[in-house]
Amino acid sequence: MSRPLRWCVLGVGVAGVGLVMVLAFLRMPAFGSSYHPYRDAAVPAAVAHGTANVVGSVTFDQRGIDTLGEEAIFFGSVLAVSVLLRPADDEEVRSEEGSLAPLQSTRLFGYLLLPLTLLVGLDIVAHGHVTPGGGFQGGIMLATALHLVYVAGRYRSLEQLRPMPLFDSGEAAGVAAFAALGFAGMAAAGSFLANFLPKGTFGQLFSAGTVPLFNVAVGLAVGSGGIVMLGKFFEQVFTVSQDEGRHGESTAS
Amino acid sequence: MTVLIAIALTLVLVGGAVVVFTGDVQRQAVSLSLYGLLMTLLFVLLSAPDVALSQVVVGTAIVPLMVMLTIRKIKGNR
Repeated sequence: MSRPLRWCVLGVGVAGVGLVMVLAFLRMPAFGSSYHPYRDAAVPAAVAHGTANVVGSVTFDQRGIDTLGEEAIFFGSVLAVSVLLRPADDEEVRSEEGSLAPLQSTRLFGYLLLPLTLLVGLDIVAHGHVTPGGGFQGGIMLATALHLVYVAGRYRSLEQLRPMPLFDSGEAAGVAAFAALGFAGMAAAGSFLANFLPKGTFGQLFSAGTVPLFNVAVGLAVGSGGIVMLGKFFEQVFTVSQDEGRHGESTAS
Repeated sequence: MTVLIAIALTLVLVGGAVVVFTGDVQRQAVSLSLYGLLMTLLFVLLSAPDVALSQVVVGTAIVPLMVMLTIRKIKGNR
């Protein structure tokens, strides 16, 4: 394709997208106005199922199938990172070389924040159906919390605290639990991902039917997946190096 | 409230520009992290605490960390 033709194609594309966006924005309700058709439909549906966090109700009850898709995307991403970042043929895994100990103040902060972050993460997963947050937010926070060990200490201490096979299975178990809950809804209430459990009292810890269970499943999957994914990056930086001799060969050939 | 949202939007705009015009990738990871915090502030002001929570962990911690680790790996192999 010649250069002028490319510019033409690009111009048509940009003009088309621009036109469609302008048309869409012109018909959108004004910013901050009280016209919210989706809210008017979603909030009563969430209240009817005893779910105080409407966002949680939309994610796991009203639009559960979308969340299952997102779960699959996250699972696929972690899988792809694991495959791409595995030690290649011309690389060797060595034990970590001595890294510098962090500043005393950094250590203090790390060790103080570690239990706090773990607790907040667990709280956000456990109360995802009552207060803002949920499995994804809490899970990612838990995965981040573990890496404070690296900030405060050394890579080796992180390695010791991180049984990788456990997190590998944790991620798979979380995704499987999500799908299993979906099928349980099908068996109990006749439709996939149906909220089949008793809804409890609005705003209480035991309420919202299946939503808290979905939060736990997603928290497990995302927390473990986050640790596995970051773990692959850390492994590449600290323990994988190119095998000098074979590397030379491969560039020569 | 409208004033606060306007300020937050301006900060996000400026922050985004700073990230784009930061030349050095290592510095860019840090400015990206700060940009994530500005986005979090905006989401809180727009009454979207769920999104703000995701943003603060993914945008200010996980993504910059991945970028930093990748840069370190690439530099180490040279």
